[in-house]
Amino acid sequence: MSAISMRTKRIVKNRAFLALCLFSTSATILILALLIVTIMVQGSNFLFSSEALSAVFGHGELSQIPKIIRWDFLTNLASRFPEKAGIYAAVIGSLWVCLICALLALPLGIGTAIYLEEFAPKNRWTALIDFNIRNLAGVPSIVYGILGLTAFTRMFGLFGSDKNSALSFGPDNAWWHIQLPFGQGLLAGGLTLMLVVLPIVIISSREALRAVPSSLRQASLAIGATPWQTASKITLPAAIPSILTGAILAMSRAMGEAAPLLVLGIPVFIANTPDNLNDNFTVLPFQIFNWAGRPQESFHQLAASAIVVLLVVLICFNGVAVYLRQKLRKPMA
Amino acid sequence: MTELSSMFHPKSNSVVPKETNTMPESRPTLAQPATSALPTSTPVSEHVTLRVKDFNAWYGAYQALHNITLNIPSQRVTSLIGPSGCGKSTFLRWINRMNDLVPNARADGVMQLDKDDLLDRNFDVVELRRRVGMVFQKPNPFPKSIYENIAFGPRLHKRFHRSDLDALVEQSLRAAAIWDEVKDRLHNSALGLSGGQQQRLCIARAIAVGPEVLLMDEPCSALDPRSTASVEALIRELRQTFTIVVVTHNMQQAARVSDLTAFFFEGKLIEAGATDGMFTNPKNKQTEDYVTGRFG
Amino acid sequence: MSAISAKAASSAVALARKGVARSDTIRNAWEFVIRGLLGCTALISIAITVGIITILLRETIAFIQLPEIELTDFLFGTTWSPLLGAEKHFGIWPLICGTFLVSIVAAMTAIPLGLITAIYMSEYATAGKRAILKPIIEILAGVPTVVYGFFALLVITPALQGACNFLFGAPIFSGYNAGAAGIAVGIMILPIVASLSEDAMQSVPRSLREGAYALGSTKFDVSVKVVTPAALSGIMASCFLAITRAIGETMVVALAAGGLAHMTLNPADQVQTMTAYMVQIFLGDAPAFGVENLSSYAVAMVLFLVTLVLSIIGNILLNRYREVYE
Repeated sequence: MSAISMRTKRIVKNRAFLALCLFSTSATILILALLIVTIMVQGSNFLFSSEALSAVFGHGELSQIPKIIRWDFLTNLASRFPEKAGIYAAVIGSLWVCLICALLALPLGIGTAIYLEEFAPKNRWTALIDFNIRNLAGVPSIVYGILGLTAFTRMFGLFGSDKNSALSFGPDNAWWHIQLPFGQGLLAGGLTLMLVVLPIVIISSREALRAVPSSLRQASLAIGATPWQTASKITLPAAIPSILTGAILAMSRAMGEAAPLLVLGIPVFIANTPDNLNDNFTVLPFQIFNWAGRPQESFHQLAASAIVVLLVVLICFNGVAVYLRQKLRKPMA
Repeated sequence: MTELSSMFHPKSNSVVPKETNTMPESRPTLAQPATSALPTSTPVSEHVTLRVKDFNAWYGAYQALHNITLNIPSQRVTSLIGPSGCGKSTFLRWINRMNDLVPNARADGVMQLDKDDLLDRNFDVVELRRRVGMVFQKPNPFPKSIYENIAFGPRLHKRFHRSDLDALVEQSLRAAAIWDEVKDRLHNSALGLSGGQQQRLCIARAIAVGPEVLLMDEPCSALDPRSTASVEALIRELRQTFTIVVVTHNMQQAARVSDLTAFFFEGKLIEAGATDGMFTNPKNKQTEDYVTGRFG
Repeated sequence: MSAISAKAASSAVALARKGVARSDTIRNAWEFVIRGLLGCTALISIAITVGIITILLRETIAFIQLPEIELTDFLFGTTWSPLLGAEKHFGIWPLICGTFLVSIVAAMTAIPLGLITAIYMSEYATAGKRAILKPIIEILAGVPTVVYGFFALLVITPALQGACNFLFGAPIFSGYNAGAAGIAVGIMILPIVASLSEDAMQSVPRSLREGAYALGSTKFDVSVKVVTPAALSGIMASCFLAITRAIGETMVVALAAGGLAHMTLNPADQVQTMTAYMVQIFLGDAPAFGVENLSSYAVAMVLFLVTLVLSIIGNILLNRYREVYE
């Protein structure tokens, strides 16, 4: 074969592969665009009031803009009637349960990461714990739901069934009113989500701590700092931006989870927002799941609108993460 | 001269000799050396000697150091030279127990700082590291301000009035010959300094805790020649206050900077003595081969 | 400089001595307490694993010991009809088959697309393009799974039906089908394949590429014949971890794949995965100790074991690629 045709063959192969690459990457971008567009289109019915929309786009009346978003969708509670349905309870429930999950998972996860990275001797046991955590990250979230169901909702049956709880603490109207077993309350939900999210927090915090150059640790130890002083004054401050980013991403994951809470038995329809730690609640993804699964078209549109709200909340979360990452990031060496 | 070199002979029982007035300076140095008289201000460390006897060190099953016996005198610069992998850095890191960080490192023998057994498991390593400071090969300032870098160490060990701390930071920076360059930007990040400045900052940081010994692990190998020159000059000055041990793979640097030199090879101490003698008239054939560059 | 240096040094040392020493017993005690507290947190991860295994094991044993259940039927039977009154069968294989089918479709979507995207990002793309592409992939990773479920049910399925109508005159895909769910799950796991593979490829040392270029290779040769094989264990790790995620996925399949458990390899058919079955039981009103409820735990046990094995293999491969290059 002549040298020229071999060269052409190579060039063709190169170009073809490049074309394949570009095709696949554009496919990825297109998929995301398609996702967004279809959801927006389907959701527009319940998010935006049609009169206001036609007023703005038809006659150009800009004063109608604030009325575009149907605030009653956001502030109504659930209803059997699509027109009257709102996601208020679900949004509040989601925010509350994620807050509780964060308060539990972040200290535990970051603490574990600090211990494993800075204190634990590097032997077979710590390698085993590390391996265990990585595998826990791969466990399906519904299995964590089962663990939560037995350990938190029913508490292994130690305190009576979850319908008639045996013990309760605190006055009924206090926010810290707790009943044992936890039933389907905020605390049980938060603990179960904590289980889902914990491996992710640990792994990302460890990566963040590992990224701090060891020369900094050595400098600190050489000057007479103890391991904890080194960790708390040098390593942790340097790793905080990455840890924070990882934490927020983990919380985004928690906010999108419905399966484990479904196993706990949280209700779909709820009359009001939770009052205390043991109160019933529902979450936005579960609401979406319920609506999307119904045959009526209007519920599908409701689901799409709820998805838009969920995505907006998540975008805000991640936006905060990116902002914090930029603001707190300093060079380390 | 003979008195000092006799310090290295294991059988000698000589005590730390009284300071003689001059140290024969037969080779040109970069800066005019001050006389070796002890400063008449607060006496710092008159008898600090690092005594090492039959010291062995292992990494797991691999023996890195064999039967090292060496006495490091106070207020002198001792350099440890030898080819790569000869164990000089290992030896240095045992002096401030930095090898505790290495999982399977262990040692036995005698290593004493002023009568304190450094190898004792229960010995307070934190206090040891205050008394024995270390400067690393690659400058490693903390990602904090210049002031905070210096103040970090003292604050760990003691409580200070603000004015005392400010004075301490200033004196440490002066001692490292960097005060004039940074006095107007003490609260800027230390990472904004050049390589040579960062290394001097690290020296200042080590000084600020008031050590008796300064260990330097190839302090100039990551620096350009000009910064190297200023750090070397600094080392020569600081020996009046501290006992300094420098590991270097650069023999000319050892010749420029140190009073005493110890030559390591394959984990053994081949020869140790006054620097002049080592380079002009080595007693050991291996030493001669190394210093004349027959192998390296 | 010289005299100032030396004098300053001794002043510094004197000043350093002026401070009031901190108590080292307090310091040591504090160190001990913190170490202990943090050590306890590390044990929690072990407690979680032990908890999962114990609970699943206990309920599965209770399930197996039920009079209606025969272990051989469970392990080898191919009919799963737990709600069928008198004719209950509990062979696990239809559920496994459903999970398998969805995961295969997901893998066929995610692995080629993800790998090529990874190669593009690692070897071809300029920094500007990478700066656009990487966030998009991260966004795909951050989308909640219910959204993908919605997408599968209400966008992909009608699209597939419409396409088949147009091409073949009949919709072919039923309202619930494994194909649409598989595609959606594939999109969901694509970021896992893409980022981990890209990381693996980036870790391949430059010297390897330079050596290949020096021999006269084109970019295609280098990317596909040098870098990809070198990063192979990392790429395989990403595939295993992605498939693990696909198998464990619940919401997408619960919404879009259907509720009919049978043995089929046709993506146009309705299937029921292990996770979808569990959702069906937990959403229903089955009594807590009835056979349906316990069967769901048994299914969970199988699911857990399968994902555990895959995840272990994936992590071993991940360790191996990290060892080589880090």
